[in-house]
Amino acid sequence: MKLHGNPLSTATQRVLACLYEKDVEFQFVDVDMGAGEHKSEKFLSLNPFGQVPAFEEGDLKLFESRATTQYIAQEFSDKGTQLLLPGSNKTMAVLQLWKEVEAHQFDPPATKLVYELRYKPFFGLTTDTAVAEENEAKLGKVLDVYEGRLAQSKYLACEHFSLADLHHLPTVQYLMGSSAKKLFDSRPHVSAWVAVITARPSWTKVQDMVKQKV
Amino acid sequence: MTIKLYGITMSTCTAKVLACLHEHGAEFELVPVNLQNGEHKQPAFLAKNPFGQIPALEDGHLTLFESRAISAYVAEKFKGSGCDLLRSQNPKEAAVVKTWMEVESQQFSPAISPIFYQSIIVPILYGGTPNQTIIDESSVKLGKVLDVYEKKLNSSKYLAGDFYSLADLHHLTYIYYLMKTPYGKLINERPRVKAWWEDISSRPAFKKVAAGLTLGDKN
Repeated sequence: MKLHGNPLSTATQRVLACLYEKDVEFQFVDVDMGAGEHKSEKFLSLNPFGQVPAFEEGDLKLFESRATTQYIAQEFSDKGTQLLLPGSNKTMAVLQLWKEVEAHQFDPPATKLVYELRYKPFFGLTTDTAVAEENEAKLGKVLDVYEGRLAQSKYLACEHFSLADLHHLPTVQYLMGSSAKKLFDSRPHVSAWVAVITARPSWTKVQDMVKQKV
Repeated sequence: MTIKLYGITMSTCTAKVLACLHEHGAEFELVPVNLQNGEHKQPAFLAKNPFGQIPALEDGHLTLFESRAISAYVAEKFKGSGCDLLRSQNPKEAAVVKTWMEVESQQFSPAISPIFYQSIIVPILYGGTPNQTIIDESSVKLGKVLDVYEKKLNSSKYLAGDFYSLADLHHLTYIYYLMKTPYGKLINERPRVKAWWEDISSRPAFKKVAAGLTLGDKN
């Protein structure tokens, strides 16, 4: 298996975390985004949208991080951490629901905040405080729902760590290193959940890769 | 116990699920939600979907929300009888279907929804003026996504392969509304995308749903 990506990219980190949780052998191929490698013909044949990551297993080529993690979690269901809710269509539907929540409710404001509060300062650009405030308010409302959910359930989809939690790790990690940290710290169940998921050994391995890159 | 779908026929997200239910000939009850009266923000509905959005689905003790999670549940529950929208028996095909479902979710939808919102929702529901800058910027983004589709549809009849799948179905309702606006040209000026749209929108299951997609129709 090959994963083509950039350790600083949230989407790449999402798949890396999954691969480490499953404890499977894979080759990481660094994509030189500074040199525009992700827009080269060769890379576009792996991901026609020219984005990292891209995944290969034999003749199977996948892109979109959340489709890739789903494939890995299913294909290696009997290895490493159980990241799915096997058992019935109903339990799998609950997992799917919380993965959709991450993708459609959490990610849009969270990604905009990462851009304003982490990416822009890193590249010497000016944060748009109005956009940051607007998205902090939106993310706050989403986290209010999470607070309610995590008061009833140890993790988002069920009582064990799953893909639904894993998918949040990269963006949560970036936001915990910004002023948006307060959004998580001020909600006790969310705060406890963040502490537990970011302490997972597989996530530490991903962070080690990030530190080497920076 | 029958499946209950809470939503309204003219909503893109509710209709996405309706299309999936009809493809499978599934029995269900559509329970209207009074958005004008704010029913979706009341405690009874929030108990079904804490984000206060339609649709929501109940099947016995199971309650679901997020239209794409609901449609995947329906497709899995009612697979068989020649309807296999997830290709779940073949892991590699299933992975490709999921990839193009993510493309709809992460590339297509964020590009088309501002066009839909500005050109249909703003004038019709709010009596406002569309923001042409947003429409123009989104049209450029959507055009780039559809260029990728045009290329992909050169090598396969549908997005995930030579079979209709949930990846195609998830596009139906937004494109249907787009075609009511001048921005339908983004579809029409790409021959393979146009042919794909004409194929998927002519499916009997979708025609049932399209009858309810009445936003913007003059009565």
